[in-house]
Amino acid sequence: MIQIVVAGVAQGCVYGMIALGFVLIYKATEQVNFAQGDIMMLGMFTAFTLIATGGLSWWLGIVLAIAVTGAFGFFLDKLMLRQIIGQPQFAVVILTIALGFIFRSVAGGVWGADPVSFTTPYGRTIVTLNESETGNTVIDVSDLVIILGTIILVAVMYAFFRFTRIGIAMQAASQNQLAACYMGIPVKYIFSLIWGISAAVSCVAGILLAPKIATFDPDVGFLAITAFAAAVIGGFGSLPGALLGGLIIGVTEQLAQAYLPGDFARAVAPVSGFVILLVVLLVRPDGLFAQTQRKKV
Amino acid sequence: MIENLLSVRNIETYYGPIMALRGVSLDVPKGQIVTVLGANGAGKTTILKTVSGVMDPQKGSVTFEDNQIQGSDPDWVARQGIAHVPEGREVFPLLTVRENLSMGAFARTERGGIGADLEMVFDYFPILQERADQQAGYLSGGQQQMLAIARALMARPRLMLLDEPSLGLSPILVKEIFDIIRRLNKEQGVTMLLVEQNANMALQIAGYGYVLELGRIVMDDACHRLLESEDIKEFYLGVKKDAVRGRKRWRRKKTWR
Ligand SMILES: Nc1ncnc2c1ncn2[C@@H]1O[C@H](COP(=O)(O)OP(=O)(O)OP(=O)(O)O)[C@@H](O)[C@H]1O
Ligand SMILES: [Mg+2]
Repeated sequence: MIQIVVAGVAQGCVYGMIALGFVLIYKATEQVNFAQGDIMMLGMFTAFTLIATGGLSWWLGIVLAIAVTGAFGFFLDKLMLRQIIGQPQFAVVILTIALGFIFRSVAGGVWGADPVSFTTPYGRTIVTLNESETGNTVIDVSDLVIILGTIILVAVMYAFFRFTRIGIAMQAASQNQLAACYMGIPVKYIFSLIWGISAAVSCVAGILLAPKIATFDPDVGFLAITAFAAAVIGGFGSLPGALLGGLIIGVTEQLAQAYLPGDFARAVAPVSGFVILLVVLLVRPDGLFAQTQRKKV
Repeated sequence: MIENLLSVRNIETYYGPIMALRGVSLDVPKGQIVTVLGANGAGKTTILKTVSGVMDPQKGSVTFEDNQIQGSDPDWVARQGIAHVPEGREVFPLLTVRENLSMGAFARTERGGIGADLEMVFDYFPILQERADQQAGYLSGGQQQMLAIARALMARPRLMLLDEPSLGLSPILVKEIFDIIRRLNKEQGVTMLLVEQNANMALQIAGYGYVLELGRIVMDDACHRLLESEDIKEFYLGVKKDAVRGRKRWRRKKTWR
């Protein structure tokens, strides 16, 4: 039981972090970035190149990969998304979907379609908790690292948005773009920064996920569809909600996998998140953490 | 000669095909309060937006301290020392009062003195100190207006653009806000461009006034003379003379038409 929950929480943290990426961008710019998962994928392959091909240490590799992915998100927004500002909403939707396709095929061209992996200092170590008559409780260290990493990431983000001048300015620009403009806050630049942070967060999610799934290929970004459901469950405007939505889906998937009968489990477990999504939408159409907030311009 | 902090020359500003300003010119001398009066839709807000760079004029110039600033980005204009207090307050609803104020100081290049200015702002608006750690969205309308003005002050502006600060406030609160505006002008030396529908109040605290109609300045004079003007009395102060009633009413068209 414990091991199932831990695995579920870890999986949920990954969904939650990707969902954070969605929500960060949506809150600020009211854009939905459907390329979120593919940006995560690019981050994972960047880490793969640096660590497996380039031979950097894991620590150095992930720090660089996160920085590169963050910069990529920043410039993606600055050079593409900000340029089509004022176009109808669906233009942005189509653009990000198209970008996702492009990223996947470029990744396929550069890194090939075969699964790859990079080594981590902790690998796929397994700890045995206690030995009893009913069996051992084994926990995957990569799950623990994911959970720890998520806690650190959330703490850092909380402090950043709460206490730094630029973080508060990001909140301000999200809440009232026009007023932020009047304050002399460079709103466009701030939005590009938020895209950068969102991309970096996805990269963290991907890097932590990599050892859990052992290998990955350019299609790994499709995971973000489940994360998207997590964001919707959380209300799609709430950062804590996004995390919680991720956790709910992650744990449910694992429980469904473990306790539903054989074939049924294999069929249902991957979509159990969407079942929850349906239920939540029926009961609370605005999501669990809906924020009623007036938004201007 | 009086030194003009701001001069606007023949600006024409459009919303798409709609021409909102049809060649507006006005001057704001340093240290003074200048007011622009006008009915709904006259273009008052558009003037302020054009000055602060939120809108770009198609023609004409905006000069601030000898620099042409028309068409610049709003954040750049704010850094030059122009603070815009927008119509309808526009506070950041989920940030605390204190965070709102700190955002007012965002564009300041010298970060020192912000603490002292916070004290100064709390001196003028004690209620904001009381509510410092409350979310701004939960303040009353009047308190939000005070916050909007206080937030603009935190930028240490040389010119403050005030868009209908009396909107939706009770008469007592209107008086309080205008007293503070007057004091800020006197004590802190902030030059003000004040846009209002409340002509009575505006003309009492301002030195010079412009009357805007349908995107044009139709009249301008020192405020004490505007207060005496028959047209202003009738159309903006709501004072009617007994003599102009009944059949003769049609003659009393606005003289500028
Ligand atoms: N976003 C907009 N799109 C199109 N037209 C606009 C827009 N904003 C204002 N206008 C038009 O421009 C003209 C001037 O508007 P403006 O907001 O400057 O008036 P105002 O004098 O501030 O009025 P009020 O006293 O109601 O605030 C009006 O005719 C208005 O209909
Ligand atoms: Mg207006």
